[in-house]
Amino acid sequence: MTAYIVRRLLATIPVMIVVALFVFLLLHLTPGDPAAVIAGDDASPADIEGVRRKLGLDRPIWEQFGIYVMNLLRGDLGTSIFSNLPVMTLVKQRLEPSLVLAVSTLVVAITVAIPMGVIAAWKARTLVDRVVMGFSVLGFAVPVFLVGYLLIYVFAIELRWLPVQGYKPLSQGVWQTLRSITLPAIALGMVYTALIARITRASMLEVLSEDYIRTARAKGVATPGVLLHHALKNAAVPIVTVIGIGLTLLISGVVLTETVFNIPGLGRLTVDAILKRDYPIVQGLIILFAAVKVLVNLLIDISYTFFDPRIRY
Amino acid sequence: MLTRMRRSGLRLAVALLTATMAFGSLQALAQEKVLRAVMHADVRTLDPFWTTQTIAGIHGLMIYDTLFSSDAELQPQPQMVDTWTVSDDRKTYTFMLRDGLKFHDGTPVTSKDVVASMNRWGKRDGAGKQLMSYTKSLTAKDDKTFEWVLSEPYGLLIDTLAKTGTSIPFVMREAEAMVDPFEQIKEVVGSGPFMFKRDEWVPGNKTVYVKFKDYVPRKEPASGHAGGKVVKVDRVEFIWMSDPQTAQSALMAGEIDYLENPKPDFLPLLGANPDIKLEVHPAAGTMGILQLNHLHPPFNNVKARQAMYYIINNADYLNTIAADPNLQTLCYSYFGCGVAMETTAGSEPYSGPKDYKKAEQLFKEAGYNGEPITILHATDHAYINPANLVMIQQLRKAGFLNLDVQAMDWGSVVARRAKKEVPAEGGWNIFITGTTVLTSSNPITHTSIGMGCDKAWFGWPCDSVFEDLRKEWAFAPDLDTRKRLAVELSKRAYDQVPYISFAQWRNPVAYRSDMISGVLSVPSVPPMWNIEKK
Repeated sequence: MTAYIVRRLLATIPVMIVVALFVFLLLHLTPGDPAAVIAGDDASPADIEGVRRKLGLDRPIWEQFGIYVMNLLRGDLGTSIFSNLPVMTLVKQRLEPSLVLAVSTLVVAITVAIPMGVIAAWKARTLVDRVVMGFSVLGFAVPVFLVGYLLIYVFAIELRWLPVQGYKPLSQGVWQTLRSITLPAIALGMVYTALIARITRASMLEVLSEDYIRTARAKGVATPGVLLHHALKNAAVPIVTVIGIGLTLLISGVVLTETVFNIPGLGRLTVDAILKRDYPIVQGLIILFAAVKVLVNLLIDISYTFFDPRIRY
Repeated sequence: MLTRMRRSGLRLAVALLTATMAFGSLQALAQEKVLRAVMHADVRTLDPFWTTQTIAGIHGLMIYDTLFSSDAELQPQPQMVDTWTVSDDRKTYTFMLRDGLKFHDGTPVTSKDVVASMNRWGKRDGAGKQLMSYTKSLTAKDDKTFEWVLSEPYGLLIDTLAKTGTSIPFVMREAEAMVDPFEQIKEVVGSGPFMFKRDEWVPGNKTVYVKFKDYVPRKEPASGHAGGKVVKVDRVEFIWMSDPQTAQSALMAGEIDYLENPKPDFLPLLGANPDIKLEVHPAAGTMGILQLNHLHPPFNNVKARQAMYYIINNADYLNTIAADPNLQTLCYSYFGCGVAMETTAGSEPYSGPKDYKKAEQLFKEAGYNGEPITILHATDHAYINPANLVMIQQLRKAGFLNLDVQAMDWGSVVARRAKKEVPAEGGWNIFITGTTVLTSSNPITHTSIGMGCDKAWFGWPCDSVFEDLRKEWAFAPDLDTRKRLAVELSKRAYDQVPYISFAQWRNPVAYRSDMISGVLSVPSVPPMWNIEKK
């Protein structure tokens, strides 16, 4: 196992090199000019040229790439062209809201979706199954921003139970954080609930037709025992995979939810940086997201050994 | 076991202490008078000279002070300056700073700071560059006196120092003012009524300012940016919300006090709320600009540019961008409507009925033969996108133009518009943008109307007659002469067509009248002093 983990970690090095190269080229070959955005609409062409020169954006692309790689090797993700703040500082400012939103969403989704999927599989092809699957289709089909606006209208504007927008950090108290994160977690959770419920149902249906389930039933094991102890654990591998993928997506790219609820997360930071052509932020974030993706995938693979002892590395 | 109990007790005590401290600080925060505002953009850069973005001007107005300021009637009034004299030949100005001016670090504001700041600003701002081109010397005579000597009797010195909108001439510490104007300053220490809280700054989310307790306001009542800057709250938070719907909901729910730029679609909803007040200054507003590239066919020929007047229908844009008739102005003045320089001289071809046959004839005379016209269409901008859609429809309706519409984001447009190459090699023929009425009301600060060839704005219009008239306007000794020259400028602009102005609409500010009072009416760059939290 240890050798496997080391091997996988070493394999991330070429992956990160390719990601770094790809992101750099993609950004610099895409039309756009941060100097023009900084200088503003009233700036003259000469002013824009002056800003570009000072930022070093007039240097040859290979020279800019060299500086970028050297900084990366020193562990420096760069400095924002606009705010002059280190990319790591900006990431740290956004990490807590992103993580709290991701975890809350997954908690909401897992708590609702797994029982839904299990029940749908148990009551397959009945009304209960159809209701659950109908909800899943709805969860996928309704855009998250629409759900968000509806939740805001009902719970924040009409009932005044929860805030419209904003994120309260944990340092201001867990209760405040929970209040600020409830509506976005529910809005976002609907999509993931739908996804996880469908995967759980499909996986459970496959497992429930296995011989060992029939054996368990023949031995007189009660239905909850069959479903939870024998079936769910064996159906867990695809469910865990989906949850893991969901976690990486939640950390890196829930821009719409962050925008609608004004959560200062990493997704908004990324999109704003792309629109403004703040190259160092985009480059730094993509590298970080790639690292998170690699790490989460590794953890998912390791978790398989827990759910299915037949899997060995 | 005892040790474990002791550890548990210790942990509990620490937790209780932390909770008490947190509760105490929360209580203190709750007692503070906090003004929460959502502005039109997020504060991402801290140097108001480094960029011409209006949000940088708003940030600057919070923390820096100015020598002169414009009042509510847009007349220049002294701010940091106490008294001043002008020599008989109108070339030498001597200024005295008022007492009590202090930077946020406690050091006094001196003439040296002023001179360095004006020199830095004069290297970046358009009006500043113009002023500096007529400046013979700018020197600090003593700590509170400085002298500005002009090479010619340039009539706009005081007006330029009182300019508002973008690139306001703020006074920085000499240390920051010595930084290369093309480089962003690192320290943000002003002498204005608010102090910047760097430790709470989250770009893309929140910018915080606190009251500068040592600020000495002028005695005159506040008016526009002029008069006494009396701060009546402890703290101002600019919360950035990129979604206008969320900002509107936050205002309705009372989570914010002030919304600078509500989306026109939401105005009826906000106006119907008795606790929300919508306010707009008569000279506030945006003017749409349909920029033509003068370097390449067909718009390198004046007849093709003039032909556009017979196709572009001003009213269509207004109905699309600002549906509320109270906020629309069917304006045919290159210098904006509702301002001193308003004139429609020479606008007859534009304000008259549309005539596609006449337009086709003029395009033919310009040598147009169906070549593609490249339009840079920014699809991610609140008003530029719908304006582009209207323009494309109007040009297609004309029936004889071959359009090459290239959709892209605004970030790509600002890069592409700087290219002088022919459209087929990465250049362009048309793009749409906008400017404030305030900026366009002054022929000198109105960057896009300049026709200085290579030195002109994107599109590079070129006309020495117009430039001479502009210079004459800048030297005019009084308002009447300026107005007369504005008529001449307008006629020449309509003849040469530097760009086509397609609409003028106003954006009100919205605020909770049940939560705040004392909001000052200004046409641009709203001040946060004088506002009281109820």
